[in-house]
Amino acid sequence: MNLNEEQIERYSRHILLSDVGLEGQEKIIKSSVLIIGAGGLGAPVAFYLAAAGVGTIGIIDGDVVDRTNLQRQILHFTPDIGKAKVISAKEKIEQLNPEIRVNAYQDLVSASNIRDYISEYDFIIDGTDNFPTKFLINDACVLEKKPFSHGGILRFSGQTMTYTPGNTCYRCVFNSPPLPNAVPSCSQAGVLGAIAGMLGTIQAAEALKYLTGVGDLLTNKLYYFDALKNDYRTINLNKSDNCAVCGTRPTITELQDIELPACDLH
Amino acid sequence: MARYKLDITKEHCPMTFVKTKVELAKLKQGDLLEVILQAGEPLENVPKSVIEQGDKILETNLIKDNIYTIFIEKN
Repeated sequence: MNLNEEQIERYSRHILLSDVGLEGQEKIIKSSVLIIGAGGLGAPVAFYLAAAGVGTIGIIDGDVVDRTNLQRQILHFTPDIGKAKVISAKEKIEQLNPEIRVNAYQDLVSASNIRDYISEYDFIIDGTDNFPTKFLINDACVLEKKPFSHGGILRFSGQTMTYTPGNTCYRCVFNSPPLPNAVPSCSQAGVLGAIAGMLGTIQAAEALKYLTGVGDLLTNKLYYFDALKNDYRTINLNKSDNCAVCGTRPTITELQDIELPACDLH
Repeated sequence: MARYKLDITKEHCPMTFVKTKVELAKLKQGDLLEVILQAGEPLENVPKSVIEQGDKILETNLIKDNIYTIFIEKN
């Protein structure tokens, strides 16, 4: 493919990078990413991936924009209150980059639909706010052999890891969703808005690195930060032979929904 | 060996090198690209970036007031 003059200008700062260049930009344009959750994490991810020229961006979210979202979900503006988040997100990123295709799915992922959704895309972003869905995304990506970026934020801290087939998965590390009383309740948990941007942009960079094949991903690693203390660390992870989904004798070979209350933090 | 020509006198940094890089990408090894550029910042920086990415500057000539031409051999 040959980039036109407008594309050469739009993507000039990528073209200048010796690790990306024309070739890397062409890979980005030909690629597709599914973002699950159009909230605190999904918004900055969608913003940067659209700006980068990811050819097809899918966004899935069942919610509508609420005033409480605006403190951190940077794709949604005050006049969007009441609008479906996926529509609000699509409108913004299409304005940013009219060249890309945006598939907006106003839906919730579940055991019955997630494999169909992710099978269409090259890379998956977990931008969700609850543990059952995080495990569902992990299991679906392992079963479909799809790479994904896990992201989670709470208060002043965030964590992220990148899964690619054959490497440590989220379940290898965290085993199973915590019991509802083991995690902060909705009334106890807050988050500094900027933390969503800090973590989401790391996830966007991981997606772009995967799509261009550049650099080292956060595979077999968990990146964690506490912005309150400015403590940033990378923890090495090992794949578990006993993992229920990717171990030597997996017990999860089909997906099942787990019902647990969600906390609207994402 | 083919010869190509590119005028970047109307461009500003960093589009000067972006346009040069894009043009060079279309060439085969050993092909020549003649780039017409302004003195000052473009003449200082474009050849530097060309060398950094592994291509070769064969010649630099002043063609008229403040306008230069450089010949690049693609590696």
